[in-house]
Amino acid sequence: MNDTAQGAGPSQVERVKEESNYLRGSIVASLANPITGALAESDAQLLKFHGSYQQDDRDLRDERRRRKLEPLYAFMVRVRASGGVVTPKQWLVLDELARTHANGSLRLTTRQSFQFHGILKPRLKETIATVNHALLTTIAACGDVNRNVMCNPNPYQSPLHADVYAWACRISEHLTPQTRAYHEIWLDGERVAGGEIEREPLYGRTYLPRKFKIAIAVPPSNDVDVFAHDLGFIAIVEAGRLAGFDVTVGGGMGMTHSEPATYPRLADVIGFCRPDRMLAVTEHVVAIQRDYGDRTDRKHARLKYTIDDRGVDWFKAELAKRLGAPLEESRPFRFEHNGDRYGWTEGVGGKHHLTLFIENGRVSDAPRAALMTGLREIAKVHDGDFRLTANQNLIIANVDPARRQDIDRMLARHRIGIDGRSALRMNAMACVALPTCGLAMAESERYLPTLIDKLEPLLAECGLRDDAITVRMTGCPNGCARPYLAEIAFVGKSPGHYNVYLGGGFAGERLNKLFRSALTESEILAELAPVLRRYAAEREPGERFGDFAIRAGYVREVTSGRTFHD
Amino acid sequence: MPRPELLEAVRPFDERRALATPLSDEQLHTLDRFVEPLSPDQLVWIGGYLAGLAAAHRTGTPRLVPAEDRDEPPLTIVYGSQSGNGAGIAADIKAQAEARGFKVRLKSMDEYRPGELKAEKKLLIVVSTQGEGEPPDAGRELHEFLHGRKAGSLGGVRYSVLALGDSSYEHFCKTGRDFDARLSALGAERAYPRVDCDVDYDDAAAQWIDGALRALAATNAHPVPHAPRALSRGNVTPLYSKKHPFLATALANLPLSGHGSEKDVRHVELSLEGSGLSYEPGDSVGVLPTNDPAVVAELMSALDLDPTASIDLGGESATLEFALTHTHEITTLTRPLVEKYAELADATPLRALLASERSSELWQYLKGRHLIDLVAEFPLRGVAPTQFVALLRKLPPRLYSIASSHKASPGEVHATVATVRYESRGRLRNGVASTYLADRIAEGDSVPIYIEANRNFKLPADPATPIVMVGPGTGVAPFRAFVQEREAIGATGRSWLFFGAQKFTTDFLYQREWQQFLKDGTLTRMDVAFSRDRAHKVYVQHRMQQQGRDLYAWLADGAHFYVCGDAEQMARDVHRTLTDIVAEHGGLSAERATEYVQELARTRRYQRDVY
Repeated sequence: MNDTAQGAGPSQVERVKEESNYLRGSIVASLANPITGALAESDAQLLKFHGSYQQDDRDLRDERRRRKLEPLYAFMVRVRASGGVVTPKQWLVLDELARTHANGSLRLTTRQSFQFHGILKPRLKETIATVNHALLTTIAACGDVNRNVMCNPNPYQSPLHADVYAWACRISEHLTPQTRAYHEIWLDGERVAGGEIEREPLYGRTYLPRKFKIAIAVPPSNDVDVFAHDLGFIAIVEAGRLAGFDVTVGGGMGMTHSEPATYPRLADVIGFCRPDRMLAVTEHVVAIQRDYGDRTDRKHARLKYTIDDRGVDWFKAELAKRLGAPLEESRPFRFEHNGDRYGWTEGVGGKHHLTLFIENGRVSDAPRAALMTGLREIAKVHDGDFRLTANQNLIIANVDPARRQDIDRMLARHRIGIDGRSALRMNAMACVALPTCGLAMAESERYLPTLIDKLEPLLAECGLRDDAITVRMTGCPNGCARPYLAEIAFVGKSPGHYNVYLGGGFAGERLNKLFRSALTESEILAELAPVLRRYAAEREPGERFGDFAIRAGYVREVTSGRTFHD
Repeated sequence: MPRPELLEAVRPFDERRALATPLSDEQLHTLDRFVEPLSPDQLVWIGGYLAGLAAAHRTGTPRLVPAEDRDEPPLTIVYGSQSGNGAGIAADIKAQAEARGFKVRLKSMDEYRPGELKAEKKLLIVVSTQGEGEPPDAGRELHEFLHGRKAGSLGGVRYSVLALGDSSYEHFCKTGRDFDARLSALGAERAYPRVDCDVDYDDAAAQWIDGALRALAATNAHPVPHAPRALSRGNVTPLYSKKHPFLATALANLPLSGHGSEKDVRHVELSLEGSGLSYEPGDSVGVLPTNDPAVVAELMSALDLDPTASIDLGGESATLEFALTHTHEITTLTRPLVEKYAELADATPLRALLASERSSELWQYLKGRHLIDLVAEFPLRGVAPTQFVALLRKLPPRLYSIASSHKASPGEVHATVATVRYESRGRLRNGVASTYLADRIAEGDSVPIYIEANRNFKLPADPATPIVMVGPGTGVAPFRAFVQEREAIGATGRSWLFFGAQKFTTDFLYQREWQQFLKDGTLTRMDVAFSRDRAHKVYVQHRMQQQGRDLYAWLADGAHFYVCGDAEQMARDVHRTLTDIVAEHGGLSAERATEYVQELARTRRYQRDVY
């Protein structure tokens, strides 16, 4: 959670890390305390590094307070899987955990990881242990460390995906915390003996000043929103082979309402590196942020501020110094979109891949479709893999052509499909928000489908039903669904009120800008209707909605994070 | 925190000598002998005291009053905010106030008991406003309290409010304005005008702190004596009784069971205002319920009786409906009732069932039935209202173990009520008193009550004596009173509570209160058993067993042992477990262990309130 810095001393979280003995704190004692479903405050901070957030059911918070009960504390557990790839066997383990230990659903996230919600404290250890027994992990899924490494799930170019995915895994492994605390606490590993010194060679005792995110994109798709991450790699393919990567640094979404010193920022492209230099580049970028990031104010601690405070040139020079040589000149690339392409595609090697639309990434059984059951049935027979996309969708990948019909039949039996959904809905994302997220100021996942229901008639009337427009909603300004890259974004301000942003780039290459502040639903519909009508009537051939919103003067173009609030 | 320069003055002898002391060797020696046995806290206090003395000498003013002057009313700073800004500002106020000589108490709103408000003399409130003009989570309770019927007059309270907010929201600083308006409306004196702070609050807050502290400092020289409270121990005035109950106004009636619980437990707060009634922890409150009007109507209709028929109630005339509602029991079946009923209805099978050799059969028969079942099975044709009422016994009062300490909540009595509802023979059955309270008493309604003293369930006379309390379910009620009382009197004895219920998430009665008591040390230790949370059921006696060694050590230290709740199963299991623990950890034979426990009971160190 955000703690406000008072003065220039290290923030409270820094002290917690420092005193935690490499992320142990008193988590074990907190888990054993039977009087509360929560952990001690400092342990809840440390728990993030282990891949879990302490949350509570905010729908019940007030009622329980009146009933003299503590909040209904429960834990979100995030599973890290580089590039979002899991085997059908792993899927089945996660599916079962969701039903037996969590709230009965699985959440696919915007960063290609899985989330469980609603795990009560007594079941937390078993949940995390089970994830590990399935050869997945939760360590560093949250916290001030490198998080899940994203990469384009690319179903079209299988050999390239294999290459890029392998690099994502290597980076992830390279940056995984070395502390034994995780094994001790969750896996009954042996305690490090008294005299033995724990080593955390890269991170040190206090880890990073703030979370750190890495993504790898493969043009022309910018599905991972590479510019939204602290560190990004853009695959450069030459003569059908992976030549290397353009390197991007300093992206990040989070900001705080009414605090203009906080802002979303797109990463800068600072050069090119060959694959064999990738780990060195990664390590040094992380180390620079470790050494120079602001540890006094968590709202100013991401790499984007370190870079803006000192300049990109300083950063390049510092990196060159540490690498022993500057990066090569960046190479040209071209992104066309940041959304997913649905349906079956045929990859190389004769394998087929099916991209499924999963509304807001929520895998559960609903009256409309038995999504969770259907995917479980498929996982039982599927011999390829599953890939989570950066847009909260799912790819059933590497299907033998002979099995394609079986998969289709199973989907149909469970009423899983995309028929009748507008392009707007299929290009929309929402964060989790209420009732579990402690930061949410307004609804998001539970509300976006309803808002889209209400926008669809307008789109139909304008003839825009099949036009892809990226729409993203978050319950707070911290940016989990990368709202500031959307062509239309709704960012929660207070219950039922959203700031509306327009003008993001369709390929995730431009930030959007505040259009209207604190709108209610009816105000949103009233304000957007004329813009959409004009877009339908006046757009130039191929012109995207975000571009139009700027050309038509609804918002000014944002060219850098620092001018986002201007 | 001790200031470094004060610690400097009390360094060991040799080091002090090196500092070129102005004292003679003899003076140094005396000083050393004096300070040697003192604790660090005492040393720090003395350091401050001496510094004050020195300052007074220098300025020629009379001796400074030591900082711990008991007559000086403290400045209480109460803060509530979601972000931590409020806590930061509150800490600033504290530092500045202390520098100006205030005695300061700093509390987050969720740690502050609303009942303390009326005793405040100097109060500073720092509070933020959430999204739609709501108070922060920590401040909800205090906010509700001030807007509710329990908030009494706050005459004598001098206060000021610092409101935090974000002016981009419609309800900017609304919560701060609410507090200010309510405190003023309740008679508190606004010592300094409220300041509404925006996101950038530093300057506005600094100005307010200075102004508010100046305004409150004006009264530092005039301590207001506390009004003595006229409640004394063991002095329960029998002003009201079962026959002449006091009509207590319900102050609160709220569910305690969480969403999804199989139980419906209520917390009922009643006002004793104007009654002169008092009570001690361990006493009970008697509630005189009325019958469910639906059951009354159903009976009269089944018997074809006229509700308005006049009947004689011990010399006074009343309607039949009144008698069935207020004075007579119309649900539970008793043997005398069945005997009379069998005669009146001339019901042969019923008469046969009353034969002495068939008593267990009769019991089985009565168990799942109410009077209405009897009426349906054996109709009473043409019975007269008087005849029917003559069958019935008087509606008994229901005693609830009091869940509050009168010292902690003056003028109030609290009860913890498990609502009894079950289905039997195709009908939904309601416990008379519990559903009377749960379904038909709203805040502001009157409830006829009296106090029933219980000399056999009392805290140890010595507040330093440790206590062990076993109270699963609503059996925890009197222990809430015990712990509140021990906090109110500043008891130093350790306390240990065993609580049990079905589910941790929904049935942990008074959970937040226990957490607070544990945090502030009023409750030393708590063990809980939730029977439905795992495959195998765990009850309080299992937790006692697990903690047997410690439990025996407490007993050996003279602890009193209390049990409240279900007599049939729980109290027996607990008793057996207690005896086992004494045998195992005291190294006694079963026989000697039984004697040990009997001795505990005889010396009133083992007390039970079971039912």
